[in-house]
Amino acid sequence: MVTLKDYAGGPTAWCPGCGNFMLLRAVQEALVGLGKEPHEVLLVSGIGQAGKLPHYLRCNTFNSLHGRTLPPATGAKLANHELTVLAIAGDGDCYGEGGNHFIHAIRRNIDITLIVHDNQVYGLTKGQASPTSDTGFATKIQPEGVILAPFNPVLAAAAMDASFVARGFTGEKDHLVGLIQKAVRHKGFALVDVLQPCPSFNKLNTFAWYKERVYKLDEGGKYDPTDRVAAFQKAQEWDSKIPIGVIYTNPKRPTMEEQIHAIREAPLVKSAAGGPDRSRLERLLEEFI
Amino acid sequence: MLDLKIKIGGEAGQGMQTISHTLAHVFTRGGLHVFSVQDYQSRIRGGHNFSELRIRESPVFSMTRGVNILIALNKETIDLHKGELYEGGVIIYDGEKIKVEAHQDLLSVPLDRLAQEGGNRLYGNSVAAGAALGLLGYAFEPLAEVLRDVFGKKGTVAEDNVKAARAGYDFTTRNGHSQFPWKFKPLDDRRRMLIAGSEALALGALAAGCKFVSAYPMTPATGIMTYLAGKAREWDIIVEQAEDEIAAITMAIGASFAGVRAMTATSGGGFCLMVEGLGLAGMTETPIVVVEAQRPGPAIGLPTRTEQSDLEFVLHASHGEFPRAVLAPGTSEEAFYTMAKAFNLAEKYQTPVIVMSDQHLADSYWTIDTLDMSRIIIDRGQLIRPEETEKLVGYKRHAITHSGISPRALPGYPGITVVTDSDEHDEEGHLTEDTGLRTRMMLKRMRKEIGLAQEISPPKFYGAVNPEVLLIGWGSTYGAIREAVDLLQSQGQKVGMMHLSEIWPFPSGAVATALESARACFVVENNATGQLARLIRRETGKAVTGKILKFDGLPFSPEYVMEGIK
Ligand SMILES: Cc1ncc(C[n+]2csc(CCOP(=O)(O)OP(=O)(O)O)c2C)c(N)n1
Ligand SMILES: [Mg+2]
Repeated sequence: MVTLKDYAGGPTAWCPGCGNFMLLRAVQEALVGLGKEPHEVLLVSGIGQAGKLPHYLRCNTFNSLHGRTLPPATGAKLANHELTVLAIAGDGDCYGEGGNHFIHAIRRNIDITLIVHDNQVYGLTKGQASPTSDTGFATKIQPEGVILAPFNPVLAAAAMDASFVARGFTGEKDHLVGLIQKAVRHKGFALVDVLQPCPSFNKLNTFAWYKERVYKLDEGGKYDPTDRVAAFQKAQEWDSKIPIGVIYTNPKRPTMEEQIHAIREAPLVKSAAGGPDRSRLERLLEEFI
Repeated sequence: MLDLKIKIGGEAGQGMQTISHTLAHVFTRGGLHVFSVQDYQSRIRGGHNFSELRIRESPVFSMTRGVNILIALNKETIDLHKGELYEGGVIIYDGEKIKVEAHQDLLSVPLDRLAQEGGNRLYGNSVAAGAALGLLGYAFEPLAEVLRDVFGKKGTVAEDNVKAARAGYDFTTRNGHSQFPWKFKPLDDRRRMLIAGSEALALGALAAGCKFVSAYPMTPATGIMTYLAGKAREWDIIVEQAEDEIAAITMAIGASFAGVRAMTATSGGGFCLMVEGLGLAGMTETPIVVVEAQRPGPAIGLPTRTEQSDLEFVLHASHGEFPRAVLAPGTSEEAFYTMAKAFNLAEKYQTPVIVMSDQHLADSYWTIDTLDMSRIIIDRGQLIRPEETEKLVGYKRHAITHSGISPRALPGYPGITVVTDSDEHDEEGHLTEDTGLRTRMMLKRMRKEIGLAQEISPPKFYGAVNPEVLLIGWGSTYGAIREAVDLLQSQGQKVGMMHLSEIWPFPSGAVATALESARACFVVENNATGQLARLIRRETGKAVTGKILKFDGLPFSPEYVMEGIK
């Protein structure tokens, strides 16, 4: 039986009070709860404080470039779809530098869980605005406050008919664990955008700020995440009330892997062993005669 | 000695390449050797495009000046190319459609009418192919055979095309044939191949066991992904059109990390976007093969034309330092074997390998005897199999070794985890900022270059030993230089060629010796500054005598090379 000890990793380099600690804990608990062994899991991360997460637990890791989280995760998943693949990114990482990949990963509906540490700021580079920073958020680069409208990842994902869209909060760890487990169990691309206070650089969206606004969608039992119109409404709530939970899901979309002939029977990495058959290759030459 | 050229010109969409390709197959099947080039513009309709083929009894590597038969599908072709006609040459055109002043070189063949009589004006290309064969007095049956193969044995389309071709053939047999000075027949029915550079690169990847291709379309690289996509179902390959070149290379890196042979292909502009990914492969020691099919730059440049101006770019692409191999095949045959080598080097040394192509190599067709599949040996280097559990005890992905190569396990192997990072990392693959460890990891990665350098084949030599003049080239200029050497040697000059199809790690010793053995050395490069000349200077300390350069977007001819020796 896999336990939390199997997922224990090395010392962290995050700031005291950072929401990332709870996020790390939630990922570990979620994987243990799912009964996944570390060798069955691949974490692909980008660059930023968020991107360091895989170094702080034990499992297969590809720590990629800034913004380039989803493409290597996609390649790895297609090469070996028996792996449980999680992409770990920052908000700048995923919605800024890697924005194009975010759009197309949703279109592919590849069975990857994307966890975005959404602290609404660039942490590692010391406090510049991120794509999700609230309008008016002042930084050293935007001293008069951000004048751009914030990117709303859950709304965009729902609009693109992403097959699983959720928002979590590091202040609600157990809830977050449940969300990550649902996302991993979901067949298809799953976004978990996680509200994560950054005590060093985001003095606007603090722990208390989130705590005041956050409420759980699944409490009360009325909300139906397959209702896209309702999802659009919920995804737009922000200023005074912020919903967390599964915002939208479309279980009907086929995954990318299901539709690829080459991996219908076995993962690509297994069918690749040995190389192509020589006599078949020789017959192929006939096409050039 | 037979040496005949047929040029087919017209607007994009008129099917010049179909005619050229059909004829190329006819002659190849007749035991003759063909070389064909394509010149086209970046548009789908209109403009001026041509395809040209050259036929000989012995192997042919390049296009030379002069045309025996010009098939003009529009008036512009006549205006632009009539001056290239040899004395006695003929321009086939449709006098019922194109109005030009009568001239002795012009032979009106009612392509459109004969096609319509055959059932469909779309068959005009078959009429034209038939007309060319009729002039040459070549047998008709091989053309019928090729058309049946192309259009399928069933249905009326194939037979209608054969009929149309026959009409064209009969027409020129009756009109024009007797005055036409060049005649030849099939030699034998050897089953040789006709293959373009892009096809050979793609086929080489397939034969090498490449399983994953992610790419973004860009001329002249697109042919590679197109070919492999067509084979994906039959050969269980994944071909994914990525959202951009950044995704293309990093997706392939992800697939390779998970254990399959993976590649991408692009042109210079796309390669610009891949550069950071190249460094990622270098740092994470992930094998990757990138085909860089050059075209004239910078920026969009001449999208459909040829150039060799990315050599220094490819050699230096990415910040930081890491080993890489750069290969540059000169012919389609060499392109095939080069790909197999590229995948082996990438996996043995766990580092990026770049294969240089260009529009001239990508789109030109060569007649070749065959491709020898027994020469394709798949060497996956130090890849650990999951059952080799003794090698997995205390596994560290980036273990520091004497050769610099760390045994490679894959994510998913029970009992271990595989960790790598684009940050500097320790032996386990975890991020580190320890400066001492940084130095050791750099040295470990760079040590791989020692082994890699030993894998690089020496340059290929052709022509005179200890020549008066040594012509030096790389990549697709092979054919033009080789034929320039033949021509000069036949004039009694002592000329040789040194061709580099494996450029990095640079074979300095062999190059330096060759430079010393020749009285004068000229580089022949499709670029404006002589990038190979600079590389030679840097790596050997020796300067070449002169540079024969061309950067108008067109490939070299042997004549142009000869005129450049001064
Ligand atoms: C190509 C490139 N551009 C810029 C950077 C510098 N950089 C590193 S992390 C980062 C932003 C981090 O913000 P985010 O993704 O939100 O992650 P966080 O640190 O907040 O977790 C930037 C701009 C880089 N590493 N690579
Ligand atoms: Mg951030």
